[in-house]
Amino acid sequence: MRVKSIVCVKRVPDTEARVRIAADGKSVDAAGAKFILNPYDEFAVEAALKHREAAGAGDVTVVSVGESSSAETLRTALAMGADAAVLLKTDGKPEGLAVARILAEELKGREYDLALFGMKAIDDDLQAVGPMVAELLGIPAATAVTEFSAEGGRITAHREIEGGHEVVELRTPCVLTLTKGAYEPRYASLKGIMAAKKKPLEEKAATAGDAGVEVRAFSYPAERQAGRIVGEGADAVPALLRVLREEAKVI
Amino acid sequence: MPGIFAFAETRDGEIRKVAHEVVTAARTLADALGTEVHAVLLGGPGTAGAAAELGRYGADKVFVGESDAFAHYSAEGFTTVITGFIQEHGCEAALFPASALGRDLAPRVAARLGVGYASDCTGVEVQDGQIVATRPEYAGKLIAQVAATGTPAVFSLRPNVFLPAENAKAGEVQTLDVSVNQADFGAIVREIKAGAAEKMDVGEAPIVISGGRGLQSPDNFKLLEELADAFGGKAAVGASRAVVDAGWRPHSEQVGQTGKTVAPTLYIAVGISGAIQHLAGMRTSRYIVAINKDPEAPIFKTADYGIVGDLFEILPRMTEEVRKMMA
Ligand SMILES: Cc1cc2nc3c(=O)[nH]c(=O)nc-3n(C[C@H](O)[C@H](O)[C@H](O)COP(=O)(O)OP(=O)(O)OC[C@H]3O[C@@H](n4cnc5c(N)ncnc54)[C@H](O)[C@@H]3O)c2cc1C
Ligand SMILES: Nc1ncnc2c1ncn2[C@@H]1O[C@H](COP(=O)(O)O)[C@@H](O)[C@H]1O
Repeated sequence: MRVKSIVCVKRVPDTEARVRIAADGKSVDAAGAKFILNPYDEFAVEAALKHREAAGAGDVTVVSVGESSSAETLRTALAMGADAAVLLKTDGKPEGLAVARILAEELKGREYDLALFGMKAIDDDLQAVGPMVAELLGIPAATAVTEFSAEGGRITAHREIEGGHEVVELRTPCVLTLTKGAYEPRYASLKGIMAAKKKPLEEKAATAGDAGVEVRAFSYPAERQAGRIVGEGADAVPALLRVLREEAKVI
Repeated sequence: MPGIFAFAETRDGEIRKVAHEVVTAARTLADALGTEVHAVLLGGPGTAGAAAELGRYGADKVFVGESDAFAHYSAEGFTTVITGFIQEHGCEAALFPASALGRDLAPRVAARLGVGYASDCTGVEVQDGQIVATRPEYAGKLIAQVAATGTPAVFSLRPNVFLPAENAKAGEVQTLDVSVNQADFGAIVREIKAGAAEKMDVGEAPIVISGGRGLQSPDNFKLLEELADAFGGKAAVGASRAVVDAGWRPHSEQVGQTGKTVAPTLYIAVGISGAIQHLAGMRTSRYIVAINKDPEAPIFKTADYGIVGDLFEILPRMTEEVRKMMA
């Protein structure tokens, strides 16, 4: 089957980046951080590319909502092998429902079999935009997918659940959110990077509405009390079990 | 005043522990606001039998919706029934577990109601009459206090954080009319494939024992499995990404930013250095123990207790001592 995918990708601070609380106490200052294509979205891009290649027909369009800097993230996905990109340009960085509404609006006007997402964005850690878009479009979805097949207009997806996995059959078009599994992301080749520069990247203005939740305050996590080394080697085991039983009372 | 909605997750007709947690958290909010907890339970025929026990954890009313179409989870079907319920009865807040099911369902419910959503919360409370949730962001590097701008506030709760507390209320069981047709669903669960059947999932176990590259080979993970067994079915084995990428352990066991987020009562990191992406997945554990031969390993900065030394000597001894203790 032809596999025509739209992959929604987000620009996020690198996993190692330091994030600071901005002066207002309720926003984030990631100035100076390196930004990357959200790692879970790499799985989604890879899945789209694999299925396009296996089908021998179809295409992969990557879409991002964000500031103009997100164009760089889209280029990364193009360099991996996506065919075209769309930047829905906003002032600021909307999240959650606000992003889902912009993406749903864009997807309404498009033809596709699969709308692929990362399972979560590693900045807001929300795990919501994919299923929200599915709901706004009234199409089926499966989240936390590790692998899927596409045959005869049907998708069979394996999703991770506690203690095993669920096999879900979906009609197209549908939303899948990807987690680590069968789609280890490829690196962009030099050729891919060069080719990406010539691929279409369309920019459109978008306006973000209310996300329905507001951050009242950010804080840093309480420092865990400095750890205590109870001893060295196997002889320390009884002492460890004693503190776990008597002090921590967890065993 | 409208009540607090608590989604009580079941699997195969059995109430899951996260359901007790969600009802417990809902009770706290309801007490602060002077209102009721309305638990909703959906499943195949026979689910109703499990309903009454939710009263123990503080449900004033338990609404049970049974349908052949609900023998397995259906995102579309559950969303329809739940949003219908909420629109009819109203609620101040709708709480879900941040389980595989809850993380799939809650955002759909929020989107259909046109309200916001905060996931994987580690706290919910009433501040100045408003419901406020606490949730880690940026892999736990920041903690956010979030409030809904509309009603209801839709939150999912991190498993293992809200310890079930008994607080008996009437738990009056009512039947919910479920008129859904499976033929309308665009997604259908065909089967559930269990992993190693009797093993606990890392996301839910009260004790998690994770191994890293320090284990040196996949075979050596049996040392961790033996220790987990010694805890008598309360422990699960987890893994760092390094060993998952090496193919030693399945991804379902990976803890961290690109794996699972876990919050057990006790997390034991064995031969794991404590990279920031690993910490992202386990730093909200209640107690953390590190076993590492390198006293400078960063994991010791996050751990509550540590033993410096060779895991190949420490683990067998620990298994032996735990067996004695549990005997
Ligand atoms: C985008 C991104 C996402 C990531 N996501 C994750 C994630 O989800 N989860 C995750 O875990 N990592 C993740 N990582 C990888 C992370 O950065 C580390 O590389 C990884 O956690 C290291 O695994 P480790 O601790 O097992 O191995 P190492 O860092 O190699 O540590 C091995 C430890 O074992 C100790 N050791 C060795 N021999 C013994 C012995 N005989 N006895 C006792 N101790 C011994 C050593 O002292 C050392 O501290 C991610 C990285 C990136 C870039
Ligand atoms: N600003 C955005 N632009 C495009 N896609 C996004 C954006 N934010 C989130 N997504 C998609 O939604 C997924 C889940 O994000 P979240 O719900 O924020 O954890 C991400 O992995 C992306 O696939």
